[in-house]
Amino acid sequence: MNPWVDFLLDSLGFGATFMYGSTGEILTEKAGHLNLGIPGVMCMGGAGGCLMLNLIGESALPPFLIVILGILASFLTGALMGLIYSFLTVTLRANQNVTGLALTTFGVGLMKVLMSDKTRISVKRYLVTPKQYFRFPFAGRSDSLQVLGVMFFLAVIVACLSSYVLYRTRTGLNLRAVGENPGTADAAGINVTRYKYLATCIGSGIAGLGGLYYIIDYMASQEAYLSIEAYGWLSIALVIFVLWKPHMTIPGSFIFGVLFSCSSHIANIPWITVTVAAKPILKMLPYLFTIVVLIISSIRNKRENQPPASLGLSYFREER
Amino acid sequence: MQPALQLKHITKRFGRDVLANDDVSLDVYKGEVLAILGENGCGKTTLMNMVAGIYFPDAGSISIDGTEVVIRSPKDAFDHKIGMIHQHFKLVDIFTAAENVALGLKGKGGNDIKKVNAKVEEIARRYGFHIDPKKKIYDMSVSEKQTVEIIKVLYRGADILILDEPTAVLTLQEIRRLFEILRRMVADGKSVIIITHKLNEVMEVSDRVAVMRKGRLIDIVNTSETSEGALTDMMVGRKVNLNIARSEPVDPRPRIEVKGLNLSDAEGVRILKNVSFTARGGEILGIAGIAGSGQKELLECIAGLQKPQSGEIIFTNPKKNRPVTFFHKQLGQIRHMAAQGLFHDPDGNAVKLGGLSDKQVRQLVQDEKILFNDDEVMSLRDKTPLEIRDLGVKLSFVPEDRLGMGLVGSMGISDNMMLRSYRKGQGIFLERSKPKKLGEDIVRDLDVVTPSVRTPVRRLSGGNVQKVLVGREISSSPKVLMAAYPVRGLDINSSYTIYNLLNTQKEKGTAVIFVGEDLDVLMALCDRILVMNSGAVTGTVDGRTVQKEELGYLMTKTHTEGEND
Amino acid sequence: MQPRHTRLKEPLVHLTKRETPGFAASMLIRVAAFVLGMLVCGLVAFLLVGKLQKEPGRIWEFYNCFIKGSFSTERKLWSFLKNIAVLLCIALALTPAFRMRFWNIGAEGQTLMGVLAAIAVNFYLGGKYNPAVRWPEWSLLVLMLAAALLAGAVWGLIPALFKAVWNTNETLFTLMMNYVATFLVSYCLIKWVPSGSSSLGKLSSGKFPTVFTGLSKPAYSDYLVIILIVLAATALIYIYLNYTKHGYEISVVGESVRTARYVGISVKKVIIRTMIVSGLLCGLAGYLIGAGLDRSVTTDSVGGQGFTAIMVAWLAKFDPLMMILTAGVIIFLNQGADQISTSFEISGALPNVIIGIVLFFIIGSEFFINYKLNFRKREPKEAVR
Repeated sequence: MNPWVDFLLDSLGFGATFMYGSTGEILTEKAGHLNLGIPGVMCMGGAGGCLMLNLIGESALPPFLIVILGILASFLTGALMGLIYSFLTVTLRANQNVTGLALTTFGVGLMKVLMSDKTRISVKRYLVTPKQYFRFPFAGRSDSLQVLGVMFFLAVIVACLSSYVLYRTRTGLNLRAVGENPGTADAAGINVTRYKYLATCIGSGIAGLGGLYYIIDYMASQEAYLSIEAYGWLSIALVIFVLWKPHMTIPGSFIFGVLFSCSSHIANIPWITVTVAAKPILKMLPYLFTIVVLIISSIRNKRENQPPASLGLSYFREER
Repeated sequence: MQPALQLKHITKRFGRDVLANDDVSLDVYKGEVLAILGENGCGKTTLMNMVAGIYFPDAGSISIDGTEVVIRSPKDAFDHKIGMIHQHFKLVDIFTAAENVALGLKGKGGNDIKKVNAKVEEIARRYGFHIDPKKKIYDMSVSEKQTVEIIKVLYRGADILILDEPTAVLTLQEIRRLFEILRRMVADGKSVIIITHKLNEVMEVSDRVAVMRKGRLIDIVNTSETSEGALTDMMVGRKVNLNIARSEPVDPRPRIEVKGLNLSDAEGVRILKNVSFTARGGEILGIAGIAGSGQKELLECIAGLQKPQSGEIIFTNPKKNRPVTFFHKQLGQIRHMAAQGLFHDPDGNAVKLGGLSDKQVRQLVQDEKILFNDDEVMSLRDKTPLEIRDLGVKLSFVPEDRLGMGLVGSMGISDNMMLRSYRKGQGIFLERSKPKKLGEDIVRDLDVVTPSVRTPVRRLSGGNVQKVLVGREISSSPKVLMAAYPVRGLDINSSYTIYNLLNTQKEKGTAVIFVGEDLDVLMALCDRILVMNSGAVTGTVDGRTVQKEELGYLMTKTHTEGEND
Repeated sequence: MQPRHTRLKEPLVHLTKRETPGFAASMLIRVAAFVLGMLVCGLVAFLLVGKLQKEPGRIWEFYNCFIKGSFSTERKLWSFLKNIAVLLCIALALTPAFRMRFWNIGAEGQTLMGVLAAIAVNFYLGGKYNPAVRWPEWSLLVLMLAAALLAGAVWGLIPALFKAVWNTNETLFTLMMNYVATFLVSYCLIKWVPSGSSSLGKLSSGKFPTVFTGLSKPAYSDYLVIILIVLAATALIYIYLNYTKHGYEISVVGESVRTARYVGISVKKVIIRTMIVSGLLCGLAGYLIGAGLDRSVTTDSVGGQGFTAIMVAWLAKFDPLMMILTAGVIIFLNQGADQISTSFEISGALPNVIIGIVLFFIIGSEFFINYKLNFRKREPKEAVR
């Protein structure tokens, strides 16, 4: 295959991991909650999905059902993590940064315990057949489209759908109001608590899918789970990079994907030579770009491009 | 007739000590404007917040059209067709007018904001508003924002509208237009409740008046059967007989001169327009005007917190024939000034320090042998508060926002005393004993009610907070004392404490600048009153002879000669 | 008229903010949360650990592991104290910034830069890079310290400058800086270790001198030095925050920027100065890790302690003395869980799970300290009918 096509398709595929993470985080942040637990959520989403595939992967169920159940399990595990986070930060009004970091600590740890050999609930077998099922038409294929699996297209759909909901529906309008000014939203009769819970849990569920996608669909590798945490943090960076617009995560994650995966592809492209030392520098670029975007948007100070105004603050109606 | 809204025995407490509403019962009927009148802090807004679902009453019940209801949230209030326009607008800045209106409502699916735009325009036509539904809130003027708030409530089909101090931020024309709209709504069969502390508006717009004082409902009367005087009596609980002792100014000489001051905000809106005036030592200069006419910004310019685009702020230190001190001049400065021939000795001869050692000069200064030839004149423009202090200008400022600006809410009285003085002394460490002493003095002298000087000031009542702030600001025996709304929200006793403190300062020769909202107080306390409207000075009058009507006219006068430059 | 059922719809629980509760009461709530968290840990462990399910009696051993993990041997006790010291040092670094409400979550990167700078000096001047260039040990140590402090301060200063001038969101900025630091380390490692193993190995130069000789192992002397340095830093930061003019300015800026402007405090200056202090301390922590313990650098040198320190500082309400306790609790859990994973042969990631669970409970318990729940009074029987 043409190394360029290979490279670009791989970047797209790789980027979808952040697409899930970022889209989920954007929904959460639009409700005013900076969830630094996303890396943990993604890890647990991966673990949950793998656990389900481990249970049903070799059963006689039709492949598409196995895929759907795997995705569902991953989503629910992520949402459950979101539930912990929102119970602490919304109902108990705990500090968001601290709660998020604790969630990451917990999620990453629990996933490693679950996915390691030593634990009783071994999820080792999940890789035997299911990874094939994640390719259209649910039984694997051998042409160039096999690079991108079912969940890649799901990621694109989820990102577009999230943007549609956020910017074109009443629900989205209300949600953005909750993140901008919960007092106003409350006075307008919006159930702030419910919106915060739903946005955080659905967002976490979506982010959780990123973990499953990376392990099964993209990498299909035994040890893939070890790097999910890092991609969780990269997803949070991507949120800023795309200025809180879910549909922009599609090109955004592609750019991040190119930067992260080009070091392994460039060797195949004849007229470019890159030293091995450039690899970490290329990987640093997404973070540097994000910082630059953050700085530029703060200098331009355009109201629409700022973080949601009440990001990180708890809301208590009777505050006087 | 069945009341549209009926409150029975409503009681609400905040914390242990604050009884915001005490057994309040009142009725509102269809097609009437009910004014709820009371001073700041009497519980008007709290009462209405319970109707609007912001707070929940500790006791009592609310009925709509004769049916008892429970209003747990603003949504419940909407469901009962109650809409409240809060004093602090509840709008999302980055949304358009129509998006704000649509907030929290069920849509008809899909992108229906166009339908909302159309309906907003229709409501605007019906009641005579001017509004662009697609304009972003952050681009709007205050009056436009209020319009959005009212449309928001009407859009939801509210039958009972509550407006909290709607006129505080409006110009006279805007107030007229608002009242016109309120009348149309009442004619439409709606009930309007307007919370206010302005008598003239009560008389102008309302059908009945409910007067509140200190959390209690005093009485409900028909507007046509009462008078401003009678209402005032009910509001303050006794005849307004402001017995504020006002002495004649002794030797008033210019202390602060402001010339042609212009200030614009970040968006280029002109906040101060060519403001000029003189504040003299030994007199109280009042500043009257509708809230938001630029009073706050004017004081902040003088205090060094805002940078005016043009104009002068001149401070004159009455130093003529007075000894120079190390309090605000350093040795080097004194030598420099002596070389310029600015000093004389007690016998009237010029002071030359050329051949003297530092020690000798210090001795001369300590013996008060070096006297100024003239008053010191300096420009305060574009100086930071710190630079002003370094110039030796003792300028004190009691800002409007006591806990957000003047004090640190989480710190105790003694730590708050340090705010002004903590830099004193050489080392890197704080000196805590003097501020503690000062705090204790203020607690004792001004009867501040507090468990200890370490209790966070946030937990004190409004009056006590203000005593602490004013006490600190006058403790440095200032040459200029500026106070913005120093008695807002205070009870009568605390208010008098503050008036007395200001008067004492005046008698000590301080130039006092007093920004107030109550015209009676301004007329009883101030020697001269400067009137502002929309950032411009519309007149300066004698506080002893001016009539209330004249002040009212100046406060609403829009065109001035200063406007045209 | 019939009694109205609507009255029953009053909210069941009605929240109000509490007046600050007493020290004893709030500590009691926190201890209760800790105990509850530990019980849940036992439950989770029961689900995860096969050996426990087979022999439920070993649950006592499970809890006993926490004691054993930190106190059973001299070595464990020493590493308990040393680990507290390093974590405490990073938490101390965060405290001035947090008191100013500058949400610096970049301690991980600032500390890592400290480690990197110290090791860079050691690598180039200590003889590893070029055996001909080998500075005397003491000058090497001093230079390493200076480099570490500088690197930490610069890493803290960059976001502070942008915050001060353009109000750039510091939480997100500092978070990103962590990863820039990580990849800077991997870049340096590739440069320094051409073989491709990207592991530097322990450098022989730049060792702490053995100050305390009476101890059973020479390494304990280094530990003791680190512990003493951090104790001194704790005292200094405590004094800095509570008794100096700088500390007072930090408190004022943290409480209200407007008040600070009103009294003429330059907010920009305070932000920049405080973040330099914060960065310097991170640099110190980096030096202690790089020079005192590892004498090497990897991308994982700080190992997430920069994030854990945020929780340490927050749990202690930004009080340096309380942080000794909170850092102790975290390390206690960490070492105990390590012991469990050895004793029960499960993954080494278990400490994270246990710390996470206990933190959830302690974080959640703050709510019951700050807020009061007013339950609806029961309706009289006749009204309910």
